[in-house]
Amino acid sequence: MTEQIVVGYDGSPSARRAVQFAQDAALAREVGLIVAHVLEWSPYTFLSPQELEERHMRREEELKRADHAILRPLIMELESRGGGDITTVSRFGNIAEMLARIASETKASQIVIGRTGHSSLASRLFGSVAGALAQAAPVPVTIVP
Amino acid sequence: MHKTTTMAAAVALLAQPAMAQTLDDQINSIFAASTGWFVSLIFSSFPGTNFPWIVGWLVVAALVFTIYFAFIQFRAFGHAIALVKGDYSDPNDAGEVSHFQALATALSGTVGLGNIAGVAVAVGIGGPGATFWMILAGLLGMATKFTECTLGVKYRNEYPNGKVSGGPMYYLKKGFAERGVPGGGFLAVMFSIFCILGALGGGNMFQANQAHAQIAGVVGDYPGWITGVVFATIVFLVIVGGIKSIARVTEKVVPLMGVLYVGAALLIILINFDQVGAAFGMIFAGAFTGLGVAGGFVGALIQGFRRAAFSNEAGVGSAAIAHSAVRTNEPITEGFVSLLEPFIDTVVVCTMTALVITITGQLMIDPATGLFILDEAGTGIMTMGGNTGVALTSAAFASAFDGFQYVLVVAVVLFAFSTMISWSYYGLKAWTYLFGEGQTKEIVFKVIFCIFTVIGAAAGLGPVIDFSDAAIFAMAVVNIIGLYVLMPVVKRELRSYQKRLSTGEIRKFV
Repeated sequence: MTEQIVVGYDGSPSARRAVQFAQDAALAREVGLIVAHVLEWSPYTFLSPQELEERHMRREEELKRADHAILRPLIMELESRGGGDITTVSRFGNIAEMLARIASETKASQIVIGRTGHSSLASRLFGSVAGALAQAAPVPVTIVP
Repeated sequence: MHKTTTMAAAVALLAQPAMAQTLDDQINSIFAASTGWFVSLIFSSFPGTNFPWIVGWLVVAALVFTIYFAFIQFRAFGHAIALVKGDYSDPNDAGEVSHFQALATALSGTVGLGNIAGVAVAVGIGGPGATFWMILAGLLGMATKFTECTLGVKYRNEYPNGKVSGGPMYYLKKGFAERGVPGGGFLAVMFSIFCILGALGGGNMFQANQAHAQIAGVVGDYPGWITGVVFATIVFLVIVGGIKSIARVTEKVVPLMGVLYVGAALLIILINFDQVGAAFGMIFAGAFTGLGVAGGFVGALIQGFRRAAFSNEAGVGSAAIAHSAVRTNEPITEGFVSLLEPFIDTVVVCTMTALVITITGQLMIDPATGLFILDEAGTGIMTMGGNTGVALTSAAFASAFDGFQYVLVVAVVLFAFSTMISWSYYGLKAWTYLFGEGQTKEIVFKVIFCIFTVIGAAAGLGPVIDFSDAAIFAMAVVNIIGLYVLMPVVKRELRSYQKRLSTGEIRKFV
């Protein structure tokens, strides 16, 4: 496969619309689709000693849960509406940074995300994924409303 | 006999006949009587001197590691910061414990009352000169910490479910066996016993004690056991009940408090900038002459070293337990990161406290001789308002910022609490090493831990601080023997890592 589209998915309705949009685009252009699920994670948070000890175990659990509860049902749904060449990936990190990284690692040609629909105040305070991605992405970004 | 021990005994004797009926005093006298022998053993002096052998033991070890690893604390300082920033972390390992998190957790166990109350005790007895020795001990201690944390990661146990357990008991046992040195198993057991005592003492009783002193200083005196029961209940909810929300709030607020504390100290130092020169003058003069403190310059030196060791725990082995959970293929990287700990804890934060106490003129000086005036017992320096321990620090901060004593109460209570949570974990690890893992066994320890919280809050500062120091230093006796035996292992790791770093095999990810 020479060309791929990366789409961010977190289980929300807007992310589902983004995935459907990306699937249609991928099918029409006969390119691959990478569904990326990013688990929000910062290496600079504070943990108690007990949490340190269990972190590796919890990480495995969180990845497994993401696969079971979020990615697998989505894949079934996508298969039923046309399928295509679909791969999934779950990673920990900052959502925008990680989507950009996955896109450059897989040499994708496009990133598709859904709009979170935060009020402008919340976005002003915390920044939005779409805004951050627009600044950091190595390839064109499509935001699906 | 050590000076504070004599003082403690005197306090206990005075207290007994006068008001033996109060619960606090009963707890105090029983506690002092039953732990005295242990305290005198650990703090006995070299024959013919008043220099406790344990202080020499720690300083010699720190010196040995500093020379053996050719001043690693200065050579690797920049690399340590790069590691904490995550420059060398593989992004695919995101979600695992980062170097920053391991450092932050270990720091929240050490930065605490040692930096606020412990330093005040040191300066109150040993004068500003104690600060000089404290900084020196902190700088040397970085090499000790580097050694023990590298070993902690290298010889940790990793279980199939992904949990990890590490610390001196594991490297003593596995490391000694690997090198064919006998006695590792025995030392591991000894370490675990002392670690449990240290967790109950310095990691618990001392914290509860000083938190009570601080609260009582603001709201007025009331029986210590009340604070003890409140603290014990909250600790119980967290460590037995698994109420994560309390721990989470603490973990968030404690770093903020640390920043606030250092910020306030810096501000006081800046306001009194003209006196900084004089303060450092007193620190240097006091370091070598004592400026009239009890025990002369040796008194200052002992206090400085003792409080530094108690505050940054280098050589004690506790940090090796906290650091061993980090995700890394290179144990040595955790050693590098951990050497920042004594630096932040002792060289930065402790020095701030000492400077604030000195600059704000809490210690009384005889204007005629330029020497410090001793208190009635002749053991400590007379202070404004007769404050000792955390009350001295509180008075120093309050003299510059009216009302800061209230902020300090919150800081002390939170620091005490986070240190207690950390040490309950260290103690538990030692406990399960001895008795095996299991729900009931773990709960037994946690309940004992909470009982000691009450005792600590009720007993006087003297016996509590002596027992706390003694138990924590006993851990260092065993741990440092292990470090001497295993230091060639660390050197091998260091050489291999440096070689791969210079050939570019180990690269930055950013």
